[in-house]
Amino acid sequence: MSSFLLPAITLWQRELVRFWRQKSRVLGVVASPLVFWLLIGYGSGDLARYYAGALVLTVMFSAIFSTISIIEDRREGFLLSMLVSPAPRTSMVLGKILGSATLAWIQGVIFLAFAPLAGVHASALDYIEVVGAVFLVSFTLTGLGFVIAWRMNSTAGFHAIMNLLLVPMWMISGSLFSMATAHGWVRALMWVNPLTYSIGLLNHTLRLPNASPGAFESLAVTAGFGIVLLLASGIMAAQKQTRSAA
Amino acid sequence: MIQVQNLTHRYGDRLALSNVSFEVKKGEIFGLLGPNGGGKSTLFRILATLMVPTEGQAVIAGNDVVRRPALVRRHVGVVFQSQSLDKALTVEENLRAQGHMHGLRGGELRARIEAAMNRLGIADRRKDLVETLSGGLKRRVEIAKALLHRPQVLLMDEASTGLDPSARRELSRHVEDLRDNEGVTILLTTHILEEADRCDRLVLLHKGGIVAEGAPRTLRSRIGGDVVVLETSDTQALAAKIAQKFRVKPSIMDGHVRVEIENGHRFITEVVEAFPGAIDSVGLHKPTLEDVFVRETGAVIE
Repeated sequence: MSSFLLPAITLWQRELVRFWRQKSRVLGVVASPLVFWLLIGYGSGDLARYYAGALVLTVMFSAIFSTISIIEDRREGFLLSMLVSPAPRTSMVLGKILGSATLAWIQGVIFLAFAPLAGVHASALDYIEVVGAVFLVSFTLTGLGFVIAWRMNSTAGFHAIMNLLLVPMWMISGSLFSMATAHGWVRALMWVNPLTYSIGLLNHTLRLPNASPGAFESLAVTAGFGIVLLLASGIMAAQKQTRSAA
Repeated sequence: MIQVQNLTHRYGDRLALSNVSFEVKKGEIFGLLGPNGGGKSTLFRILATLMVPTEGQAVIAGNDVVRRPALVRRHVGVVFQSQSLDKALTVEENLRAQGHMHGLRGGELRARIEAAMNRLGIADRRKDLVETLSGGLKRRVEIAKALLHRPQVLLMDEASTGLDPSARRELSRHVEDLRDNEGVTILLTTHILEEADRCDRLVLLHKGGIVAEGAPRTLRSRIGGDVVVLETSDTQALAAKIAQKFRVKPSIMDGHVRVEIENGHRFITEVVEAFPGAIDSVGLHKPTLEDVFVRETGAVIE
């Protein structure tokens, strides 16, 4: 058991220590969603409408930032020496994803400081729910980042995917317009977009309007998507490579 | 300790490794010498269990690298060409993390970290962030890290690249110390002749195949006598004239005419007198591993 948990815990801890030593990262991750939110929110006169979207964007940026490091890290970095150690690949994946998810979560929680601006008047008890929801979303997005990054050979490829997949996913997640007001095929895409349920989950727990899919549905899809991604990550990392693995 | 049999690897259509076989004995420093793109890195990645070969077999410490990678990883320490240290962590933190990857912990791990740091002479830098260390020190931390789990075999990929000559000699000294005092078997890849010369045995790799194998001294002695290198404006013409007059087979490398010959000093006076004005400069040296490589492949290493 300890040969599985010890590497995972070590990797998780490593992410936190690195983060703590590069605190300026927080500013980079939180600042741009904050600016987007304030511009769109004040411009349209509805800060509450766009708050959950900005929160997800914060978490998404952090998750991308953390998982993109896998690409470099595997070719020339710490990850390389882990790959030749007897530690199970699945335990490395768990440690890396939990570590990155924790960082995304911390930054999401920092963003919660702006919730009162959005008109959120939740009790301390409600915030426990919110904080839990933010963690679940962080975990899911980190898993998504991992699955994309693991097979990538260059960070340039990751940026392309980010612009073509992740940002559009975010745009049609209910962050900018709700599923109820969406038209045609975009509405169908929103329905199958896992991020729609992440936004829904946050709106529910924050007691904000436009909580489009139901509370249970939102929770189930977000958690389910996260677990599927975790399993996929584990399977991908455990595969033997016939091409250059590093 | 390491048996490689008929190892072949293709990246798509490109043949990177072609039917390579060799054996490394326990307690030996074994070198893979060759130019970049010769197949060294491919071979290294297969032995380090990072990649599965297309064909053939490699066994380290009794375990097949394809079928039992987990067991191989337990007995092998790997030093990569690129830094595998986390620059944002301290020396000690890097070592501790590595120990955890091998399931080491507590007092046992502390003792091993202490011993590894002392052996490599980095104990006084333990609290320093890795990014503040010099290249030579980083390599020593890498080796300390690779040795924590007391591997029987140490694999080193171009470990001295980017080091100045004194740091390189220091590194060789540490490696020899490991062989002599710990009985560790070391396989290293290199394109640096000086480093290859310090190996107990080595293979020369060219275009994915082995072109020569043996102790450096034995390989060098295959070339009788001396190597004379002549610089001239018309290499073809000079080579033809020398071949005719001296009954030797000159080769043309990099715009120079190269002659392997006994009593090179005598040949030099004769050749200069025979073709006055045709030779711009003359050089003579004892055969190096590069000369062996040139002779076997017609190409240069660096």
